[in-house]
Amino acid sequence: MSKVMVVTSGKGGVGKTTSSAALGAALAQAGQNVVLVDFDVGLRNLDLIMGAERRVVFDLVNVIHGDAKLPQALIRDKRVDSLSLLPASQTRDKDALTEEGVGRVIDELREKFDWIVCDSPAGIEKGATLAMRFADVAVVVTNPEVSSVRDSDRIIGMLDSKTRRAEAGETLEKHLLLTRYDANRAARGEMMKVEDILEILAIPLLGIVVESQDVLTASNLGCPITLHNPASVAARAYADAARRLMGEILPIDRPSERKSFMSRLFGRKAVA
Amino acid sequence: MAGQTLQLPKIRVRGRSFMALIIAPEYPLASWFEALDQQIKASADFFADRPVVADLAAVMAETPTRDVAKAVLDGLAARHLRIIGIEGVDPALLPGTRWEQTPTVLHGREVRSVSPTQTSINETEAPATVATPPAPSLLIDRPVRSGQAITYEDGDIVVIGSVASGAEVVAGGSIHIYGALRGRAIAGLGAGASARIFCRKLEAEMVAVGRLYRTAEHWGEGLQGRAVQVLSDRGSLRLSAFN
Repeated sequence: MSKVMVVTSGKGGVGKTTSSAALGAALAQAGQNVVLVDFDVGLRNLDLIMGAERRVVFDLVNVIHGDAKLPQALIRDKRVDSLSLLPASQTRDKDALTEEGVGRVIDELREKFDWIVCDSPAGIEKGATLAMRFADVAVVVTNPEVSSVRDSDRIIGMLDSKTRRAEAGETLEKHLLLTRYDANRAARGEMMKVEDILEILAIPLLGIVVESQDVLTASNLGCPITLHNPASVAARAYADAARRLMGEILPIDRPSERKSFMSRLFGRKAVA
Repeated sequence: MAGQTLQLPKIRVRGRSFMALIIAPEYPLASWFEALDQQIKASADFFADRPVVADLAAVMAETPTRDVAKAVLDGLAARHLRIIGIEGVDPALLPGTRWEQTPTVLHGREVRSVSPTQTSINETEAPATVATPPAPSLLIDRPVRSGQAITYEDGDIVVIGSVASGAEVVAGGSIHIYGALRGRAIAGLGAGASARIFCRKLEAEMVAVGRLYRTAEHWGEGLQGRAVQVLSDRGSLRLSAFN
């Protein structure tokens, strides 16, 4: 039974593409057949994050318009066999997508893959709505920051109304993925607390990914963080999140504050 | 025509209610018509295209003749009044005149008298003949998400869950929120000042009851995060915490 998972957020720059790549790679490493689909037509990034930018011949828009067949456009990852990428077009824009075309592509992908990860663009326009349209599962990526939380709330409202499942009266599984979390800043009150975010968004927590320098390094190298540095804190958080998506019950690892050397010495929190 | 049935169009009948003006000429007719002419000159639009019912009861009481009826009605028509009905006349007087087909049996309900100084009459002010049923309420059993706008003019709105920042709840009656109010709540669109807003946690951006509204900067920090009711009290908006 294949699952279509949309990774969305509303707000831009919170970690959708990073998370799509990381979760997709983690699922593939666990033995699942995974395809990542980039819906950000015109501003594609997933191919860069996956290190496939020099192998793109055909893209999602080509397949929708019938210029190419789906197997011609799919790019298989060199590191993990069961991981593939369907890139977006860089020369077109979101108006090139049609609901009917996207539906056909998703149906064809369902026949070959266990997980179809749709990397949504930011915003609430056509690219974002089509990315979520056929989803069975949604991962809402949020930074612990007020504007990200409000935008995520808007997106959750749209997941509950503008998807095929919502229109058919079925439930769409929604998960919250908190990214770029910094426990020290949260303790100092500079960043929203996990409890407050959960109270506002009211969807189950999938995982907390701490702010990590490895993420930038990995994306510059064109490798998803779960493949590049699987031992890093962020990679482990993504790996656990992937296991939860597959149905495993794992307790969420709450990142604790890291006491600085001085505060350890004197037993006090660092005061600004 | 064997084997073929003609598809006849479906006859659709619509209903519409509008207010007609009732005009009642009186003796002496010459001065009445002169007064009417002055009225028309003063506010030409008053009668323009309005359906008019001619009530000839006063005239017919004195001179119940066909000639008088015809003369009065012709006089009204000459002044471009659109006579759609005639009252106070014995219908037997009308055959042979141009008024033969004009309805004389009219069902309707009197409205308050219309002042000729009004140049436009709001036709929707005709009173409802049906007693309005008790206001039902709209129940929303999930959080209202940012960007969603819920409007229910026929009564109260009850939300089980929170109303997010950037969301809007608009009710004809009161608004009851079993959760945090972080967006906007506008109550009393129909009920006016008697409506209230209740919430478990006030973090709202704006509240309004009837025509009075307040944004968050007005009520200060003291009420933030508390269970609060919002009401209209003697012309001003009052927010008060429960305990």
